[in-house]
Amino acid sequence: MKTVRVIPCLDVDDGRVVKGVNFVGLRDAGDPVELAAAYDRQGADEIVFLDITASAHNRDTIIELARHTAAEVFIPFTIGGGIRSVDDARALLRAGADKVSVNSAAVARPELVREIAGEFGTQCVVVAVDAKSNGAGADGSTTWNVYVKGGREDTGIDALDWVRQVADLGAGEILLTSMDADGTKAGFDLELTRAVVDAVEIPVVASGGVGTLQHLVDGALIANADAVLAASIFHFGEHTIADAKRALLDAGVAVRPPTA
Amino acid sequence: MNGDRPLVAVLDYGIGNLRSAQKALERVGADARLTADPGLIADAAGVVLPGVGHFGTCMDQLRATGLEQPAFDVIESGRPFLGICVGMQMLFEASEEAPGVPGMGVMPGTVRLLPDGIVRPQMQWNRLDVQRPSCPLLAGLTDGAWMYFVHSYAPDTDPELVAATCDYPTPITAVTERGRLWATQFHPEKSGDAGKRLAQNFLAAVRADQCRR
Repeated sequence: MKTVRVIPCLDVDDGRVVKGVNFVGLRDAGDPVELAAAYDRQGADEIVFLDITASAHNRDTIIELARHTAAEVFIPFTIGGGIRSVDDARALLRAGADKVSVNSAAVARPELVREIAGEFGTQCVVVAVDAKSNGAGADGSTTWNVYVKGGREDTGIDALDWVRQVADLGAGEILLTSMDADGTKAGFDLELTRAVVDAVEIPVVASGGVGTLQHLVDGALIANADAVLAASIFHFGEHTIADAKRALLDAGVAVRPPTA
Repeated sequence: MNGDRPLVAVLDYGIGNLRSAQKALERVGADARLTADPGLIADAAGVVLPGVGHFGTCMDQLRATGLEQPAFDVIESGRPFLGICVGMQMLFEASEEAPGVPGMGVMPGTVRLLPDGIVRPQMQWNRLDVQRPSCPLLAGLTDGAWMYFVHSYAPDTDPELVAATCDYPTPITAVTERGRLWATQFHPEKSGDAGKRLAQNFLAAVRADQCRR
């Protein structure tokens, strides 16, 4: 049986959660560990932390986050952002992270995916892919390019070629964000997501654009994503993870049932 | 020896995330130590062999760190032993993931690639179909408990040794039991409250075994 995972994503800057988080009953709404524990209680299937810290020389803060999370949160969690080497990955995994997510460093040097997978296994290597539509080509079909630097820089690499390449190099999962949909609250780019799901055999996490619970359902049912990731609809208390699980179950999508 | 917090050795042979297993055991009341010290392992009331990644890499590392023999000794003594994920797979004779690399061979059978036509790895929560409700590791978990799986291979073994399976989309070996040698293909340390219950059950088996000795 395939069950779809629901994954809240927390952006972390220098050890603190950025973007407003509006939960009832949190002692410290900026503490990523407390937030992750709250999502765990709601029935989140995994947690993704995205480290957006600008300075490259405070890896200790994010490693400390992995240590604290591993001691208090007993569901899988991924840490992405700033991982440039096997040493960076090792420090996070040894501290208790289950997976590391690589993005621009893998674009710069795809062998990094093979190196991390070779040392720690494919299951712990997530390749985050930020893709943006090139519009319809001459034959009418859409293509997408891989972007880096938060969607500002076009690498010129075809997104479908890229996901196939990283899957071959040993990626265990693709975290796919549509740069067109991200922040719009208009739903996932279902065409892109479906194309990536069909291009690789490894799991694909859909990300970018979720504004309603129906968007999560669409990601699972229409795009066939293995997991759906969202941030703001959960952070602002609009919906709990349990709401999302119930919406998916009502639509006939198999999920681990909500716990709250 | 502290009877209230039994010493549980979590074998540290230098692979990825071992710390979560240690923390999960601490949470349910074990004096859980991440260790590569054969003396400490010999003194432990129970032992956990975690494992993530590649079967061949994990076997090589277990042997390179000299921890295979201490693990054998614990199993031979009948003390409670729990293999997790690749730590489960390593108990078997061999794996299709690493042809030619012998496993520990304390469980009969070979670890095989999951069938074609499904997403590999299975990286998701799945329900247990309990085959052996009397398995002490599964006390309170016999009603379709949800556990977190991350694997592309699973043991193909004697059905008599299989305590639980999961459906993906054919029955996959999820829990094995041979005396006090237990193993789970899923990660109890990442399976929320259901995983916590399993860890409690393991610790209860450790305490019961201490009383016997």
